[in-house]
Amino acid sequence: MKALFVAAAILAAVAGQALAADKIKVGFMSTLSGPGGALGIDMRDGFLLAVKSNGDKLGGLSAEVSVVDDQQNPDVGRQAVERFVKRDRVDVITGMVFSNVLLPVMPAILESDTFYLSTNTGPESLAGEKCHPRFFGVAWQNEDIPGAMGEVLNQRGLKNVYLIAPNYPGGRETLNGFKRFYKGKIAEETYTKLGQLDYAAEIAAMRAAKPDAVFFFLPGGMGINFIKQYVAAGVNKEIPLFTPGFSADEDTIRAVGEPMVGLFNSSHWAHDLDNAANRKFVTAFQKEYGRLPTMYAQQAWDVALVLDAAIRAVNGKIDDKQAFQKAIETARIDSPRGNFRFNTNHMPIQDYYLREVVKDAGGKITNRTVGRVFSNHQDAFVGKCKMG
Amino acid sequence: MPLTLIVEQLLNGLQLGLMLFLLAAGLTLVFGIMDMINLAHGSLYMIGAYLAASAIAASGSFLVGVAVAIAGTAAIAVLLEMAILRRLYRRSHLAQVLATFALILIANEAVRMVWGSQPILLNMPPSLSGPIDIGGFTYPAYRLVVIAAGLAIAVLLYLLVARTKIGMWVRAGAADREMANVMGVNTTWLFTCVFAAGAALCAVAGALLGPLLAVQVGMGENILILAFVVIVIGGIGSIRGALIGALLVGFVDTAGRAFLPQLFRSVFPEAVAAETGPAVAAVLIYVLMAAVLYWRPSGLFPTRA
Repeated sequence: MKALFVAAAILAAVAGQALAADKIKVGFMSTLSGPGGALGIDMRDGFLLAVKSNGDKLGGLSAEVSVVDDQQNPDVGRQAVERFVKRDRVDVITGMVFSNVLLPVMPAILESDTFYLSTNTGPESLAGEKCHPRFFGVAWQNEDIPGAMGEVLNQRGLKNVYLIAPNYPGGRETLNGFKRFYKGKIAEETYTKLGQLDYAAEIAAMRAAKPDAVFFFLPGGMGINFIKQYVAAGVNKEIPLFTPGFSADEDTIRAVGEPMVGLFNSSHWAHDLDNAANRKFVTAFQKEYGRLPTMYAQQAWDVALVLDAAIRAVNGKIDDKQAFQKAIETARIDSPRGNFRFNTNHMPIQDYYLREVVKDAGGKITNRTVGRVFSNHQDAFVGKCKMG
Repeated sequence: MPLTLIVEQLLNGLQLGLMLFLLAAGLTLVFGIMDMINLAHGSLYMIGAYLAASAIAASGSFLVGVAVAIAGTAAIAVLLEMAILRRLYRRSHLAQVLATFALILIANEAVRMVWGSQPILLNMPPSLSGPIDIGGFTYPAYRLVVIAAGLAIAVLLYLLVARTKIGMWVRAGAADREMANVMGVNTTWLFTCVFAAGAALCAVAGALLGPLLAVQVGMGENILILAFVVIVIGGIGSIRGALIGALLVGFVDTAGRAFLPQLFRSVFPEAVAAETGPAVAAVLIYVLMAAVLYWRPSGLFPTRA
């Protein structure tokens, strides 16, 4: 086995210059089942739509995408990654939703010298000290979107805020992001159990504390539970709610409906952003799937755009990993979010927006962009990254 | 801490307890009487919530939705019992766990095929969607309805089990299945009925809790864990145990989340309190379960001598 490997290495060295590949293999591993499945399905749909509308090609190479469900379970994810890097020998892996899957499987991906483009989470470690030449965060760094909300609360003169998030690293990173920009007083910082169903006790405590605003980060079903119960308790009439965009996208709006109206949230993208690339994306997505896209779909769509641009830049010679990495770093894409480029730590430099859930003229409940909060914003950890 | 807040938190504990009771009552009957571990109990709760959401959207009436959910879920349960579960009663618990776990996966995918993978809309009737004022503090009207419904069902179940002939058979089946069989109780028929009744309670829980919780694929698994804690504390097979266990879990969990963080902050330094407060509050009900198991290994109200 070892001799074979050496022989192959010599052969490759003799062959010298990398040849243009005839296809690119993408391993798309996402959470497609269980309570977090809706997010992964939107990502898969966004990614596959981008590839399809590009004639089943990425950067001129025919794209072979194999889609796998990680069930939001790191052990299942580890096996799938094993298959991707050893058996299928994919060139790129992408698609994960949750940091509890991404962080444990990332060493195996990066050690095999496979590229990973994150469609969602951008953890602090991978943006800072543990940044890696083969890892790219295409969506955002975990602190960016809640940080924008902290800035919004400053601008609105809200000086006493009640914070709530689930007790896990993503929850703590999110509240840290908020606190990095928010300058006022913190009435209370509550951490709840991941997957909690009932928030009556927390909501009663919020009402009693009488803060100026409540900032909550409760992704997925937790956010739906919380908003329904908060509005049923009537507290929304006394204390306004603010949230990062994860709990206020089209998927949550469809599930909660009327009680969502008036909810302020922040995001790097909105379906009503006024640019040609966004109109193209939103129209194509609605036509294909019959629903409005979420930010998750947009993020995965952009991963496909980045790959397309980078492969084109190296003329399909994706086996020269150094050159391919350079091409991703400098990829220029026509993103639905508008401004986008990679920072030196492979995290985005982009704009962040304030959105509000409104009832439009036709009575449809949806997000409306209120304004820009950050322009060309970079994350707080870029200084800690020494890219190898 | 103001008195009204304490009263409100007590009500919250009662409400959470009664909501768990609806699920635990069915689970404990099936477990106690048929000696069957049914992990798919949570799936029936999910199906109840989805049926209620669809029926409410189609009919515009909340009550019609609840009725359709109960009838539909009970019908599905009868089919399930006759086609599959009946074959599992005599098998080992491991076989039952494996088979009903498979049912969870099948139910999740079936719901995804019919309703899609995204959470769906189920809101409370507009007349109950706000808070009402009771004696100086406000409380969500809808949660009061859940409390009332939970209490009514608890009383009804008590009367049914303690005062009727069917109830007597159920108690006999829970206490000693074979003896009941020998004494002429038609257990095949009884098991189907009990299973359908458990499923109907699931549907009530799904329909009533849907407006407070996310109606989504996999919603049953989360709440099923709490229901198992409840029946282990209460004693498997006992309706009274399920009620007391559910109320205990409701009060302890709510009290932990409401009062523990402040308590920790007054005792420990800020950094330690911020780390340990939420962690301890999260495991409190499991500590309660462990304590009950230590002193009363078969629960607070064991049905078997």
